[in-house]
Amino acid sequence: MTGYLFLAILVLSLIAFYTGRRTASQFVAAHRNDVHSRPIYHGAFAAVWVGLPALVLVLLWLLFQGSIIDRLLLASLPASLTEGASASRLSLYLSEIKNVASGRIFSEPSPEVSAAAERYQRWQMIAQWAMVVVALAVAALALYITRARMTARFRARQGFERTLDIVMILSAVAAVLVTIGIIISLTYEAIQFFRLVPPHEFFFGLNWEPQIAIREDQVAGTGAFGAVPVFTGTLLIATIALLVAVPIGLFSAIYLVEFANDRFRGIVKPILEILAGVPTVVYGFFAVLTVAPAIRQAGGLLGISISPNSALAAGGVMGIMIIPFISSLSDDALRAVPQSMRDGSFAMGATRAETITRVLLPAALPGIVGGILLAASRAIGETMIVVMAAGLTATLTANPLEGVTTVTVQIVTLLIGDTAFDNPKTLSAFALGLVLFVVTLCLNVLALRIVRRYREKYE
Amino acid sequence: MSETTAPKPFDWSSPKATATRKRRYAADRRLRLYGLISILTAIGLLGVLIASLVATGHTAFVQTKIAVEFTADPENVPPDDPASGNFRAVVSNAVQQLFPEIDDPRELRTASGILSNGAANIVRDYVTAHPEVIGQSFTLNVPASDPYDQLNKGVIDRSLPEERRRVSNEEIALFETLEDRGLVSTPFNWGLFFNADSRFPELAGLAGAIVGSFYLLLVTFLISFPVGIAAAIYLEEFAPKNRWTDLVEVNINNLAAVPSIVFGLLGLAVFIQVFGLPRSAPLVGGLVLSLMTLPTMIIVTRASLKSIPPSIREAALGIGASKHEVILHHVLPLAIPGILTGTIIGLAQALGETAPLLLIGMNAFLTSPPGGIMEPATALPTQIFIWADSPERGFVSRTSAAILVLLGFLIFMNALAIYLRQRFERRW
Repeated sequence: MTGYLFLAILVLSLIAFYTGRRTASQFVAAHRNDVHSRPIYHGAFAAVWVGLPALVLVLLWLLFQGSIIDRLLLASLPASLTEGASASRLSLYLSEIKNVASGRIFSEPSPEVSAAAERYQRWQMIAQWAMVVVALAVAALALYITRARMTARFRARQGFERTLDIVMILSAVAAVLVTIGIIISLTYEAIQFFRLVPPHEFFFGLNWEPQIAIREDQVAGTGAFGAVPVFTGTLLIATIALLVAVPIGLFSAIYLVEFANDRFRGIVKPILEILAGVPTVVYGFFAVLTVAPAIRQAGGLLGISISPNSALAAGGVMGIMIIPFISSLSDDALRAVPQSMRDGSFAMGATRAETITRVLLPAALPGIVGGILLAASRAIGETMIVVMAAGLTATLTANPLEGVTTVTVQIVTLLIGDTAFDNPKTLSAFALGLVLFVVTLCLNVLALRIVRRYREKYE
Repeated sequence: MSETTAPKPFDWSSPKATATRKRRYAADRRLRLYGLISILTAIGLLGVLIASLVATGHTAFVQTKIAVEFTADPENVPPDDPASGNFRAVVSNAVQQLFPEIDDPRELRTASGILSNGAANIVRDYVTAHPEVIGQSFTLNVPASDPYDQLNKGVIDRSLPEERRRVSNEEIALFETLEDRGLVSTPFNWGLFFNADSRFPELAGLAGAIVGSFYLLLVTFLISFPVGIAAAIYLEEFAPKNRWTDLVEVNINNLAAVPSIVFGLLGLAVFIQVFGLPRSAPLVGGLVLSLMTLPTMIIVTRASLKSIPPSIREAALGIGASKHEVILHHVLPLAIPGILTGTIIGLAQALGETAPLLLIGMNAFLTSPPGGIMEPATALPTQIFIWADSPERGFVSRTSAAILVLLGFLIFMNALAIYLRQRFERRW
């Protein structure tokens, strides 16, 4: 249905294009050089103004139709059902009504629900036809108006170009809207959370047990939202990852820039880049399948008991993932050091190693530090490896052989499955998300600033 | 003029100088060695990763099948409505025929465990498609159930003591009689690509995930490609240099480094909670992924616009083209190869993205491929996550196989991008 509507709008704007162009060609035949724009611009102007408004209207309509109908449905339910019901109860009603309406009936629905399902189907129908009629009417009206405006002196090119400008500016604004959307949605839900759980408890509490009872009859803890163990777990795993990645990445970059010949470099660099292109879910499975058992076996040989989801396995595999970040950013930083500094050092009789450690590394240090900060932000925000390989229970420990949990693991486990937006369990995920966003944002801004300032120094 | 005494010449060949030199050269060689070791470690780790995936995954590309003769007697399969027949009975009769020497019902139940749990459905589908076989016998290759599949592929070691194996001696004996009669075959596992997900490893396939990933990438492309290009053209060619456009620029660079899970939170809170779009739908997933790839698209497009030499713009302006005409008629067509390369790489990243899809519920268990962008779906990476979480042993090799399929798609997309770049890239 909606697909056909899009097709109809497309056809209408094509018609607008061809008739617009034909009309303008007739002007050219009649007036010769008095015509302002080339016929193709008349066509393009008509097509854009017939297609775009109708398209935007349909998209907005589709976006809001669902939630408006939901509101109306809830308002139409008898007060005896909705009086004092919680948000999750209401959304349960809604999904029941929709199930009944689409014929997926598991048990005999109550008369209120089946009446509502009938209303739902009717409204859905009305909304859909109304959308078709309104959209086509808008397109037809636009077709009429653009036809009426077309004269030989009509500045069709300027009109078309101005429309393009508007589209381009809106697209650029969309990128900013994404950031604003992230900030607003995270902050809004986090504020809801901090109404239920005081901020000092969240930021300084040492006990994280978010599994609270959602229904009255469930047996579960009362819930504790002290996020310190989650933060320390994240830091522990990110630190392990950096301890793996920084030496390997940095030494690889040094070798590639200072020792390797072009052929070796041309082969090795793309191979290292592959490590960055492997999806993280693959690393997660690798950690579970190969690395964690290997570490456990090694521990068994040494007589140490190692948790099956140890921070070491998750952090180590994450380290493999961020090797290419460190190596390529250090590579860039080392290459940006001017050749004259190398030549100066060699002229003083320094060996290659001395040149690297005493001259190049100090000169490239800001770039390298920026790269490490970017990699750290990557490690903190990385999700799939830790979801699959790290633990679920938050323990406050610095022992890499034990299982710890991270911010991202908690977000995923809290939001998979039941998502009613009125209990602290779900909302705490957004508070964690806000912390994650702010921390990674600060790291990124800092890193980008360091890298940029350093680049300016040598340019 | 002051008298300068010539410094005493340094004796380079003295033992002390030789020792120092040796030490310095040793340090040089050490640093070189560390570098080489690091590179080899990194490549070795990649090798271990791929080797362990291939080692566990290659077995899932073939499937143990058993040729069984079924009889669709009209008593079990009513000719007027074959789909409603009692196909469990058809299967158990066939098993009885397969092992005529067994009469103990318990042993017979063990024997029917050799066939996949989905055997009845396979027979039903065959009979509904070929109603003419009702009342006759026909032979079908039915997948063996997971333990026997593993046994046949050698994953389960027959020489282990019985209590440490998943299949008992009795079961192995039954299976070996089938092998001796030449009924067991291991053809290529087309089911891996054409079956949807299933609780039984031997029947589970990637069809649903591949279709879901296709819809996801379609939505992502349709949104991020036009919006990304439009935004990039504006920022690169038209935007005035002021505080606002600086802000947009910083914002785009930072957006590219926001953790992917945050985009999942955004999708959950805005698209599902506020706009009421359906959970698990490729539409929502595609929206989230397109927001994620948008910064990449903008950065790539700007880079390729920047690489077009100014002489082309000036020539077009010189013969009277408007600024828009210069860009639409000259700069953009020349930049398209670079933009396409970047788009494919961005889509390849989106194809491998998992975390935001988990938050919007694209990890549901679905036994049929999605029919459109509004229906619940899974994607390749989330399917891998589901299978990796499944307790059945048979899913380990399926997961590795699914990863190999995903990596295959990624290699194909990146190879295409490299090909496009080399074929169409022009250096000025």
